[in-house]
Amino acid sequence: MATSVELSTEEGGTDGGPLLDVRNLHVEFRTREGVARAVNGVEYSVDAGETLAVLGESGSGKSVTAQAIMGILDSPPGFVTQGKIIFQGRDQLKLSTEERRKVRGARMAMIFQDALSSLNPVLNVGEQLGEMFTVHRGMSRKQARAKAIELMERVRIPAAKERIKSYPHQFSGGMRQRVMIAMAMALEPELIIADEPTTALDVTVQAQVMDLLADLQREYNMGLILITHDLGVVADVADKIAVMYAGRIVETSPVHDIYAKPAHPYTKGLLDSIPRLDQKGQELYAIKGLPPNLLHIPPGCAFNPRCPLARDVCRTDVPPLYRVSQERASACHFWKEVLGDDSAPADDA
Amino acid sequence: MTTAPRPTTPEPSDPKPAAREPILQVRKLVKHFPLTQGIVFKRQVGAVQAVDGVSFDLFPGETLGIVGESGCGKSTVAKLLMNLEEPTSGEIIYRGEDITKLSGRALKTVRRNIQMVFQDPYTSLNPRMTVGDIIGEPFDIHPDVAPKGERRKRVQDLLDVVGLNPEYINRYPHQFSGGQRQRIGIARGLALRPEIIVADEPVSALDVSVQAQVVNLMERLQDEFTLSYMFIAHDLSIVRHISDRVGVMYLGKIVEIGADEEIYSHPTHPYTQALLSAVPVPDPQAREYRERIILQGDVPSPADPPSGCRFRTRCWKAQERCVVEEPLLAVPEVFRGTAGPAEHDSACHFAEEKQVVPPEE
Ligand SMILES: Nc1ncnc2c1ncn2[C@@H]1O[C@H](COP(=O)(O)OP(=O)(O)OP(=O)(O)O)[C@@H](O)[C@H]1O
Ligand SMILES: Nc1ncnc2c1ncn2[C@@H]1O[C@H](COP(=O)(O)OP(=O)(O)OP(=O)(O)O)[C@@H](O)[C@H]1O
Ligand code: SF4
Ligand code: SF4
Ligand SMILES: [Mg+2]
Ligand SMILES: [Mg+2]
Repeated sequence: MATSVELSTEEGGTDGGPLLDVRNLHVEFRTREGVARAVNGVEYSVDAGETLAVLGESGSGKSVTAQAIMGILDSPPGFVTQGKIIFQGRDQLKLSTEERRKVRGARMAMIFQDALSSLNPVLNVGEQLGEMFTVHRGMSRKQARAKAIELMERVRIPAAKERIKSYPHQFSGGMRQRVMIAMAMALEPELIIADEPTTALDVTVQAQVMDLLADLQREYNMGLILITHDLGVVADVADKIAVMYAGRIVETSPVHDIYAKPAHPYTKGLLDSIPRLDQKGQELYAIKGLPPNLLHIPPGCAFNPRCPLARDVCRTDVPPLYRVSQERASACHFWKEVLGDDSAPADDA
Repeated sequence: MTTAPRPTTPEPSDPKPAAREPILQVRKLVKHFPLTQGIVFKRQVGAVQAVDGVSFDLFPGETLGIVGESGCGKSTVAKLLMNLEEPTSGEIIYRGEDITKLSGRALKTVRRNIQMVFQDPYTSLNPRMTVGDIIGEPFDIHPDVAPKGERRKRVQDLLDVVGLNPEYINRYPHQFSGGQRQRIGIARGLALRPEIIVADEPVSALDVSVQAQVVNLMERLQDEFTLSYMFIAHDLSIVRHISDRVGVMYLGKIVEIGADEEIYSHPTHPYTQALLSAVPVPDPQAREYRERIILQGDVPSPADPPSGCRFRTRCWKAQERCVVEEPLLAVPEVFRGTAGPAEHDSACHFAEEKQVVPPEE
């Protein structure tokens, strides 16, 4: 587990620095309707062996941030306009296209929500998995085939030898997601970004897949960024959490602390608005209003039109990411009030 | 705790709705979709057994939740109730009449009283119709409910009821957010003042913060208009929140049904237990407490369900008897007469109580 959320401005070095350190990342989409500011200063970090959950509503910029990290942003219309993406000590944004291509797949890999559309429908899964080894590792087809079978066994696909000739559409949703995980794992990357890997799956299958992912992560000591909108999944598997709203991180925290004591009104609202399996409860708390239009993000704190604590300063001043404790940060002027204590000092990040 | 026999308490204090008259009785409902011939092998033409012998009651003013994994037949049950599909066999008795046998005017009257809200607020509304036309459309089919001159006013009232600005009457669906569109769907469902609303995954497509708004709205409307809901969802937490009773489906059958507390805190069917244990609970403290049951394999094809108990291919308790004998949905013998929360219908030969959800604080 990480010991601190890195909020300083020092360069994350090869020794001691986190595996991935995203600093003040800005991404915008230049569209005909205007400039959509999808990512507005995202800051987060992941260590080897650590799971960071990125949580937020639809459109909050979770996937776009991941695409920028992976270097697969749809550009144009998308552009990284500011920031650093320091991975294994090197700012990815300063690398050449060719260098980034080499990092991708080998050092960091991504798992997408929709396995069916991310896999090639006309190649059987053996060929697709094998390609990772023939292309990146220069193996012979025979060697690659053996590797592919090994991988399929590792992601617990029964009868791997026979099923290697199957096409993606012949697998169930859960099996396809396993194939995706196998692809991502193939070259033993140090970082995996899983973008809603189980959202499309049923709960019992979801549990199987998450279980597998967690086991593999432990085995290989990988860093894992898990993008999700499910607070339950977060509580189950993450070490720490970054909550996004309108393209910003509004709160980062070790996972235990945030459930007990959120430090941002948006996080608090989210936690209060989910029904609980283990509690019947009365009326659900509902955050009023809707997420902002990214073409017209409200001035000041982007959450202010929906926030029960909003005052004048919230409508004019953008709250910085305040350090709440050694390991926590909140982008709310009144984080102390949210936390319900006045003991901790407020430092600007 | 529940196996010790206790004297049955007399009627009046009984919180179970069994004492009341059901508004809807579903009996042995079956829907098989015929399978067309194979392409390569000419095998005997089979059928997808989407719904295979489902029975339940719905009581006035209550919410019956239906949960189960993708493909277990939830939506097919909903469509059968709505008369959007014709049953292969079985009865749907509404106020003493089997509506599967009705036609013409009689059917029309019944259909007025059972309305549906769909999952997808993006595709279930016609993009070329204004909100006013969408909500008012049911009045075209049932002009007696709202005479022509009153319609606009009625529609505006409905918009108001679901918390939308009545001035939006001339807007188009794309001008609304997902949560707002779901409200439009609900307003349309309410237009004819139905007694029953069948809601098929009404909040599944919405973000958590918006989900809560719609769930609260549905609960408020239920009280206001004494509606009965059949609430279909795969999210077990939401179903627990909104339901009085819950039915769990697996491969076209209800495997367990009972009061919400009975199902969530005292499940006796292995599938229900596995399903509940797989739900991620948003509380890191609970992750140490919980015992997870990870099921092996996938759901078998409904075209070729396993013999005996349909869950046996994934059940860790399966025995020979499960292969040859189908367990019926009834109170299992061990719990009969115990008057405890485990005494509810469960289709398992080896039903046992197992607590998988941490107890309420
Ligand atoms: N290719 C694109 N062109 C224009 N806008 C885009 C593009 N990709 C993303 N966006 C916009 O960027 C914003 C952030 O999108 P993103 O996909 O990161 O959201 P998200 O948090 O992943 O949401 P979800 O939970 O729905 O996946 C959205 O408003 C989206 O419309
Ligand atoms: N018109 C149809 N023709 C053939 N098969 C069908 C038809 N409609 C549904 N089925 C099949 O019947 C089974 C039950 O489908 P249904 O849509 O009722 O499931 P569900 O429980 O609502 O699933 P989900 O959670 O994915 O919505 C599935 O196997 C489905 O493929
Ligand atoms: S800064 Fe103001 S508006 Fe923003 S979350 Fe904090 S209290 Fe609410
Ligand atoms: S009847 Fe047998 S196979 Fe079916 S749920 Fe019970 S123990 Fe498992
Ligand atoms: Mg996304
Ligand atoms: Mg369905």
